[in-house]
Formats: sequence, C-alpha cells, structure tokens
Amino acid sequence: MGKVGKILRRTFLIGSAAIVGGVAFGAYYVTRPAANPLKPGEGQAALNPFVLIDQNGVTLFAPRAEMGQGVKTTWAALIAEELDVDLDQITVLHGPAAAAYYNSALVGEGLPNKGYDISNFQHNLGEALGVLGKTLSLQVTGGSTSMKDGFERMRQAGASARETLKRAAADRLGVDPLELQTASGHVIAPNGDKIAYSELAEDAAGLEPVEVPLRDPSEWRYLGRTQPRLDMVGKVTGTAEFGVDVRLPGMKFAAVRMNPKLGGAMNGFDDGAAQSMPGVEKIVDLGTGVAVIANNTWLANQAVEAIDVDWGDAPYPPETDGIFAKIAEAFDDAPNSTMRDDGDVSVTPEGATEITAEYQVPYLAHATMEPMNATALYTGNAVELWCGNQAPTLIQFRVANTANLDTEAVQIHTTYLGGGFGRRGELDFGEIATKVAMTMPGTPVQTTWSREEDMRHDYYRPGAIARMRGAVHDGKAVLIDGKVAAQSPTQQAVERYTGFPGGGPDKVLVEGFFNQPYAVPNYRMSGHIADLAVPVGFWRSVGNSHNGFFHETFMDEMAHAAGRDPLEFRLELMKSEHAPSSGCLEAVKEMSGWTGQTPEGVGRGVAFTYSFGTPVAQVIEVVDEDGTIRINKAWIACDMGLALDPDNVKAQMFGGMIYGLSAACYGEITFADGEAEQFNFPDYDAIRMHTAPQVEVRVLETNRHMGGAGEPGTPPSMPALGNALFDLTGERARSLPLINQFNLLV
Amino acid sequence: MTTALKINGKQHQVDLPDDVPLLWVLRDEVGLTGTKFGCGVAACGACTVHIDGEAVRSCQVALSDVWGDVTTIEGIGAPDTLAAIQQAWVDHQVAQCGYCQSGQIMQATALLAENPAPTDADIDEAMQGNLCRCGTYPRIRAAIHDAASKLKEA
Repeated sequence: MGKVGKILRRTFLIGSAAIVGGVAFGAYYVTRPAANPLKPGEGQAALNPFVLIDQNGVTLFAPRAEMGQGVKTTWAALIAEELDVDLDQITVLHGPAAAAYYNSALVGEGLPNKGYDISNFQHNLGEALGVLGKTLSLQVTGGSTSMKDGFERMRQAGASARETLKRAAADRLGVDPLELQTASGHVIAPNGDKIAYSELAEDAAGLEPVEVPLRDPSEWRYLGRTQPRLDMVGKVTGTAEFGVDVRLPGMKFAAVRMNPKLGGAMNGFDDGAAQSMPGVEKIVDLGTGVAVIANNTWLANQAVEAIDVDWGDAPYPPETDGIFAKIAEAFDDAPNSTMRDDGDVSVTPEGATEITAEYQVPYLAHATMEPMNATALYTGNAVELWCGNQAPTLIQFRVANTANLDTEAVQIHTTYLGGGFGRRGELDFGEIATKVAMTMPGTPVQTTWSREEDMRHDYYRPGAIARMRGAVHDGKAVLIDGKVAAQSPTQQAVERYTGFPGGGPDKVLVEGFFNQPYAVPNYRMSGHIADLAVPVGFWRSVGNSHNGFFHETFMDEMAHAAGRDPLEFRLELMKSEHAPSSGCLEAVKEMSGWTGQTPEGVGRGVAFTYSFGTPVAQVIEVVDEDGTIRINKAWIACDMGLALDPDNVKAQMFGGMIYGLSAACYGEITFADGEAEQFNFPDYDAIRMHTAPQVEVRVLETNRHMGGAGEPGTPPSMPALGNALFDLTGERARSLPLINQFNLLV
Repeated sequence: MTTALKINGKQHQVDLPDDVPLLWVLRDEVGLTGTKFGCGVAACGACTVHIDGEAVRSCQVALSDVWGDVTTIEGIGAPDTLAAIQQAWVDHQVAQCGYCQSGQIMQATALLAENPAPTDADIDEAMQGNLCRCGTYPRIRAAIHDAASKLKEA
C-alpha cells in the first residue's frame, strides 16, 4: 500500500499548486491532502484524482457531471493539452463522489464584491478561499463554475502526469528526461522508439510526481478550439445512459407519491385498491408519502395513483395571493443586505425626473426533460445509488443518513443528467429511492417520478417582487434605488444540506441586481428575505433569473423617461465602468444592425446582465403576425474571457437564452389549496421549434478573468423580450409570464 | 397471456397487461432504453418511435393496440453504423443534455421519409411536438436541412 502514500502526496502537489500565495487558514487545509477517491488497483497508477493510466490507456475521471454543458469534452481537452494524448484516446468517466473533488470556484463566488470590478488581488484571494470548498467537501456541478474550477487544476494534472511518465521512461532507458518527447499517449526515446504511457504506468506510480510550468497558450492544440463532444454519438443513438436507463439484474420498478401540499404530513392512506393491481409487489409507507414497487414503472404508477391518501396541510399560505402578500411584507422589515450603496439616494437630484415601478415574477419549476429518479440497491450494510446528480458528496451523506450507515458504505454512481438546471443538486430523489429500496434488501429498485410528481414537488425558483425608484437628468440615469423581496434558496439549501439554518447577508438574492456595471452616481440595492416555507432552490442563474428582469426592465423604463435610445443609454453608463460589458453591447448593436428604429409590426428590445463573471448582452426581435406575436430573431454577445470551446459556449448561450424565454413566455407555478396547480407540460409549456427565434451568438474574449457559460445566457433574455414587446405594443411588461399580457404564439 | 411484437426487425413475446403503454414495454420489459419517458401525456415527444414507419408517441399506444412493426432509436443506427440523420446530428453537435434527442431524431426521420426537402415551415410543423428544455432547436433545424441534402445526394 506504499503506492497510496505516493498518491496522497500527488494530490497535495496538485492542490498546493492551485493556489497562488495562499493564506494561512486555507493553507492548513490544503496541506492536508484529501484521500484519493480512485483507489487504483495493481498495475494502475492514479497520478492524481483526475487521471488514471493503466493497461487500457488513459481514463479521465471528470469531477463534474455532464448535464448538457459539454464539461466532459472540455475537461478532457484540458488534460490532453498537457498530457499529450489525443482526445479520442481518453475515456471519460464521472468521478466517484469524493472529497478530493472539491469545487473551489463555487466558494469563490461567495465573496462580497461585484465581480466585474475584481482586482487581481481579490481574484487571487478568491482562488485561495476556494480551499474552503475542500473543507466543506463540496462536489457540486453548478454556479457555472466547471471551467473556472478546472482550468488550472486539470492542466496541472496533465503536465504532472506527463513529466512523471517521462521520468519513468528515462529511468528505464537510462537517459535524461530532457532527451525525451511525448506525443499521442507515448514517450518517444531519442532514437525514435515509442513507449506507451500504459506500459509506464506501474513504474510511474513508484516515483515522486514532477511539477512543471504549464505550456504557453500559443502552444495549445485543443483549448480555444471547438472539439467534437465525446458524448454526442451516445446521445444520438440512444446508448448514453441516463439515471432512468440504469438496468440491473433482478431490478424492480417503483413509483412514488409525496404530499402535494409541500412539507405537509401524511395523516393516513388506504391502499386496498392498489394491493391487487397487476404487477404490484409491495406498497411502501414513506411516512410523508407512499410508493409502489412493481415489475414495471407504469404499473407501479397506476397503483400508486389508486392509493387514497389523507394529506395534511402545507406550512405556507395555500393560495398564490397569500404567498405574494407574504413576500411583499418582507419590504417592511430591515433589508437582509444592501450590497451597493453609492452616493445618496435619499433625495432626488435637482431638476431630475423621478420614475418608479413595481415588478413581480412567479415561482418556476425546473422541468428537466428527465423526471427525477434514482436506482438504489440496499444490502443491509451498504447502499449503491445510481442517478444523474449535481452533488454526489451531498447525496452520499443524505443516503448514508437515510440508511443509518457510514458514508463509506454508500457508493454513488453518477450517470448522464437529462437536464439539471439546479434541480439535480437537491437530494430528495436519492433519499426517496433509498427508502424504497430499503424495503427490499438485495433487490435493486428504480424509483421514477411521474412528470406530475416532478413538477409538483420541485424546489422552485422563488417568486419575487421588486420596487424600483430612479431618476434621470439630461438624458442620463442619476439615481437607482431598488429593493427585491423573495424567499432565500441559499438559506433553505444550507438548512437542507447541513441541518443548520443558513444566515447572514444573502448575495445570491441580490446577484444581477447590485452588481451591474453601470456608472450611476446614486445607486442603492437592497435584498429582503421573505419568511415562507414554500420549497425553493437553485434554478439556472438563480437570483439573476429574477433580478435580470427587474434591473433591465427598469433600465429600459428609465431610458424612455430620459428620451434616449435604450441601447445607447446603457452603453454610455457602462463604457467607463467595465469595458468587456460595453463591448458586448457594442457587439449586439452591430450584429443586429440596431438603429433604435423598427418598422411597423416589428419590435426590438435590448438587455444586459453580468452574471457568473460573464457579461451578456442580447437583442430580441418580435413580429406581429395578424395579431399574434412571434419571437423572430435574437442576437447574443458574451465575454467570459478565454473561451475554451467556442462552439460549446455558443450552445450554452443560446440554450440559456431559450430556457429564459420559456420562463418569460409561459412559465408560472401557482398554488391553490397548498398545491402547485401545474401538473405537466400542457400547463407549463416551453419554447418549441416553431416558437424559437433564429439566433446568432458572438463570443468575445477580452475579459481578464474566466467567467461561466451555463447560466449567464438566461437572465437577459427575459427583459430583452419584455422590452421588445414594449417597443412593438407600447405596453410595458412588469410581470411574468408574458402570455398573461400579450397574444404570444403558442 | 403474451403479446407478440416485432421491434427493430426482431420478434418479442411480451407478458404484460394489454393496457401497458408501448413506452413501458420497450423500456422496462424489452430493455430498449433509448426511447425516453418525458411526460406520459404526449406533450413532449421524448418517447417517439415508429410503427410501420409512422412517428407515434409510444406513451399513448397500449400494448394491445400496437398495429405494426416497431422501430426505435436503436433500430435507426448504432454508434459504429450511424444513420445519415444521426451523422448530421453529430456534425452539427446538436445534443446538450441529450435526453430528448432520441425522440427528436425519430420525429425528424419520419419527416424526411415523407418530405425529403422540408422547408423551415415544414420543420416547425413536424417538430413542434418535441420539447427540448436545453433549447437545441437551432441546431436541430440545421441538422435536418443538412440530412435532407445529404440524403438527396445519396
């Protein structure tokens, strides 16, 4: 087992190299290496937690889940760039849930700065504080952090592996490592002989790892260039395995029904009718719900629907109006945060025109295409769980607690995710599947939620209200004073994950609100947390998803009050504040041929949101076709700094925009009698082929710091569409979804 | 009582009640998991298969009502023998999460069989029942046009 000791030091090498300078607090933890999660067997060398080289070649354990964002391919490219292997020589697997896969960038996002004005010092500090992620054992796919987190560490992993393999080859050949070259998975001797990495793996395992500087970007072969996605062939042939596709010998299929009055008790149930239904093998009392295990998912679902359940009441106002009244009450309390307070907003500047507006957006479901599910095998002293998830370490803890086992006795297998959008960072589907499987020890049981169960038991994007006051003078914004009130998904999630209530200023509630790069002299933004027990969670772009709409709709209202073109109005305020942001606005202006004028029957709107380190500007064009309004075209410009895979970034940008447009047009979860009133896609529709705009994306690369790609496309889509509708109709959209106000194409 | 089904050219005997939808026969009994469950109410298209070449939502066809030969995504082409339409999907890097793409490809295959040169309006009409929450529509459209022109050349 001496090999394991070496591997631990290698983990340390990678971890310590990842922080520049470091801080004493973080350094303490970082110098304690996390256990290597890969447990290499005989004849294998795990050079660090990310790459395994053995007789079969090079396997990359991608520590993030592939939920559509292309992470698998880009992480492989990061390793390959330094390791000198061809992309198609790498097998990419999801890493097992392990503390070594801490997500350093996600914790860095929590720093209380605006982001775009971050200095290099703060940036380094943020990176250093990333070690906190390690101490909290986070392994999370979210916050658009995958590339930011992986960029340094993966290349260092590849470089260290390459040089250690060269050292092994040098020892074998009796030459200096400097005389050796590497290419396509081989070390090349001075005489041209090639030794495959796989043949050197065992020798390399016995060596101290070698640390080398990273290659200059001018030498890159993969990064910055579009690569074919490694998951594409599997996904077009039906062979890619999602959670719901897991098939194990002797497996049974289950369906579940939890209290639709979310968080309410179950007073009792009558399963008389269900017991004798075809295929039924077992009825499970889950305490707060029921499940049926059968030989077929559909038969299980028929039976679970036939159970007569007496549900207890929900711990929140039963109707939507009551919920929003409670949200509005939060404005009466002191703010949870005021993260921007520039100048003095208490007086409207002399001669300025004041405007005010109130906005409201609804609760939203994630509605991933693959409904929630997980497959569990309980053997009495261990659990194996298969599912698509965004947080395997957290699920592992939850499953262990559920089964009353040590976390080491729980093994998590992460499959492809049929959409995540934040929903699969929750733990409920894993816990429920575990409880169901525990009633049939030794038998794997797949528990699949119906679409209705999925939509009505979400951790919703919270409904939110904003109250805005602003002033314009001489064609410029001179004052913005905004307040947003909503439930806090962050505080709820902390409590769900840790059992302790979350507290303190909630940056996520006000992101996209306080940190927008506009030079307005009097500028205050506050967040108020509504105290409600409606389950809420992280929905693609999180706080930005409502704040983008609030801030950018109001910017448009101010531009019109100032008698200015809304694009020029923004550009003027942004130019001096953040050049990459104004560059995005300039780009969409040029791409769309923006003139500020539109012909009869055509409307155009612009919006901008800086989120996850990435500024994104969008122009959306709507057309009136015999009274029905169709979204015709969209132009997007983003600047995340270095774009590791530009075509994939484009896909994330237009995909994020369409996700936002779906919500803006049709998305709304409402409550009656404590239950969500939307059951399935007919009640909660989305953009489809015929309602999707033509889209053009431009990827700029001037930003000094790497930003995210998966979420920043979402926030500006909603205000850009609302602003376009105003341009077309003269009617201002102050609440969503827009289908309630406009005759949109469906 | 067993029901005989011909799926991707192969005969199967299925022992399930008559009213079990074809989707759940394919997935849980036959083990063909390429056909996906999305909504159960024919609102998303993820479960699209062909019966005698016609695109149908398999969540709405009861086992006893299957009127012909069934083709699923596995019958269209395998990873080493991609059909032209699957190759177009790869060439245009269409999939993101990928969950809906089996259904999209089955629907598009039926469209091209009926209409070898679809216009954008034809694509809108044929594909609007297939939901994609990742929003891959622009690339689906491009891939269909590309597959149409490649199939024409062939």
